[in-house]
Amino acid sequence: MVVSTKRALEGAHASAHAMRQINPDVVAAYPITPQTAIVQTYSQYVADGEVDTEFIAVESEHAAMSACIGAAAAGGRVMTATAANGLALMWEELYIAASMRMPIVMSCVNRALSAPLNIHCDHSDSMGARDAGWIHIFSETGQEAYDNTIQAVRIAEHPDLLLPVMVMQDGFITGHAVELVEVADDASVQRFIGSYSPAHSLLDIDHPTTFGAWDLYDYYFEHKRQQTDALSKAMKVILEVGQEFGREFGRPYGAFEPYAMDDAEIAVIVLSSTAGTCRTVIRELRQKGLKVGLLKLRVFRPFPAAELAEALKGVKAVAVLDRSISFGSMQGSGPVFLELCAALYAAGSKTKAINYIYGLGGRDVLPVDVERVIHELKQVADSGEVTSLVSYLGLRE
Amino acid sequence: MPINLKEQTTKPERLGPGHRFCAGCAEPIVIRQILSAIEEPVVIGAATGCTEIATSMYPTTAWNVPWIHNAFENVSTTISGVEAMYRSLVRQGKIPERNLRFVAIGGDGATYDIGLQWLSGALERGHRFIYVCLNNEAYMNTGIQRSSATPTGAHTTTSPSGSVIPGKVQWRKPLTEIIAAHHIPYVAQASPSNWRDLMEKARKASAANGPSFLNVLADCNRGWRHATDTTIDVMRLAVETCYWPLFEVDNSVWKLSYRPKEKKPVEEWLKTQGRFSHLFQPQFRHVIDEIQARVDEEWVALLKKCEAV
Repeated sequence: MVVSTKRALEGAHASAHAMRQINPDVVAAYPITPQTAIVQTYSQYVADGEVDTEFIAVESEHAAMSACIGAAAAGGRVMTATAANGLALMWEELYIAASMRMPIVMSCVNRALSAPLNIHCDHSDSMGARDAGWIHIFSETGQEAYDNTIQAVRIAEHPDLLLPVMVMQDGFITGHAVELVEVADDASVQRFIGSYSPAHSLLDIDHPTTFGAWDLYDYYFEHKRQQTDALSKAMKVILEVGQEFGREFGRPYGAFEPYAMDDAEIAVIVLSSTAGTCRTVIRELRQKGLKVGLLKLRVFRPFPAAELAEALKGVKAVAVLDRSISFGSMQGSGPVFLELCAALYAAGSKTKAINYIYGLGGRDVLPVDVERVIHELKQVADSGEVTSLVSYLGLRE
Repeated sequence: MPINLKEQTTKPERLGPGHRFCAGCAEPIVIRQILSAIEEPVVIGAATGCTEIATSMYPTTAWNVPWIHNAFENVSTTISGVEAMYRSLVRQGKIPERNLRFVAIGGDGATYDIGLQWLSGALERGHRFIYVCLNNEAYMNTGIQRSSATPTGAHTTTSPSGSVIPGKVQWRKPLTEIIAAHHIPYVAQASPSNWRDLMEKARKASAANGPSFLNVLADCNRGWRHATDTTIDVMRLAVETCYWPLFEVDNSVWKLSYRPKEKKPVEEWLKTQGRFSHLFQPQFRHVIDEIQARVDEEWVALLKKCEAV
């Protein structure tokens, strides 16, 4: 029986609270705005004896992930948290963690990458790591950051996967905003995540194992194939865990969350906190009779390509809102848009797709911006013509 | 505890035969001496480098003990994570205490250069692990490029001897002193030519209740340019000329481990190796004098630190 209480928590504190309940064996982390709230809150839990965790206060984010890999190979549960340049500094180790199949769970409080230095939200940090082999789960609210962190443990440690998971929330907008978060009792969280005992551990001196051997052209390719197969299996696990979480805690999760999509002729796709703004605008426009819906994307890696194409069947035009740019890509569009275009093409879809870059470096996105998107989207749907593939919201030009 | 040679011959090998080190390489000699001296069960981390590639080519492994490679710069941090997990699981009663020792192995490139920040961080945090620098004085794995451990005057492919420049211009980084400045429980400099000294130092490192560091000279005949059967002789000359003095810093107390009966001119060591051959041309002979002067100066400074003047 789950006993839930409602608590006023900042998003970062909701993540730290989930970490406390998960009680990982090792946390290695380094502070960086706006993630610092997580690492310092967790340090206090350690200082107060509220967790059993061995906390390693490393000297950089590269070291954080390096220590996490060593700790995970030693056979226990491992977590960390970072943002922005910290994630970029980890870049080498992100690939190694995934390729060594280390089920590490990391909070990423999304923040813009330098230069210029900027501490506010966009998704350029985690999107830069989108091909590193991690599972990427985005959270709209503090509640979702809490729920996703707990689910991430189960997903990462699933024996078919053994893959690291990154749980995102928007820096400051979610990370530093106080919301009412429904938190479960510690025992229910522990029951849901279960215990973890990997098949191989460095500490098993009776069965010595070599971790991180080097590969040449005769094996490397097969290992990469195994790795991509594991990512392919991840969606099934993510959906199963999301449903089971729903049964236990009353909040089920899928790869994305549709809103007003049943008879939608046009649709918006967006990640994280901006989904709230979009939902409000769509609710109002629905009252005016506009057949517009929302797909809030939760899982970006693995990308739910076929599922999104299916969800967009019958939709005449879709707008993807991207909070980062894939520099040098087709007309400088965003990563979500590129993935969606590929998904629609592979499905033989006739749905028109347009892209909006928004919110870079923490620029506000307002209801009026979303209204503009939907207005232009309606024109595309009506005319069947795309006049501008990539546009910018709230930008001075 | 003194090293009993007879006992050593009957111990199981932790680094098995069949590895891919070059003929005459000092690294497996050093590793076997150290791992034989340590009585406790070990878990090993290796930085990217010769040791890593010579022992772990998939699907084979030369290791009879648990072993991990992560990347080039971060073996000290990787082993920090392993050690922290061990402490966590033992403290929580999830696994039994088995008196494990954690050994990190890196070359001079991984230790003096690219991994110095990671090493310094791990030392400051106080993880109980033994860091072994296999110091062959250049990036040998990638084909002899200079590192900050490379001796003055040595020819490498990125500090080549030319008609104008006589090999590496700079003096080596005083890494053992830099590590000693962290005031960790045990720091030592050693050479496998003086094997009993090295093995006793490995035991002291293993007994240290905190981080320990061994900077071990590890001749690479491919890079140093000499015959494969003179490895130990060349390293002994490095010790006898005081180019590579043997000492330890035990709980911040400096102690000389070995004083040559007759301190030989550094030239005797230089002339054993092709990497210094250009220094014997008349226009570059002054470099030998400069090396000798610096070696003498450092030797006197070391004796002072060890209060052995």
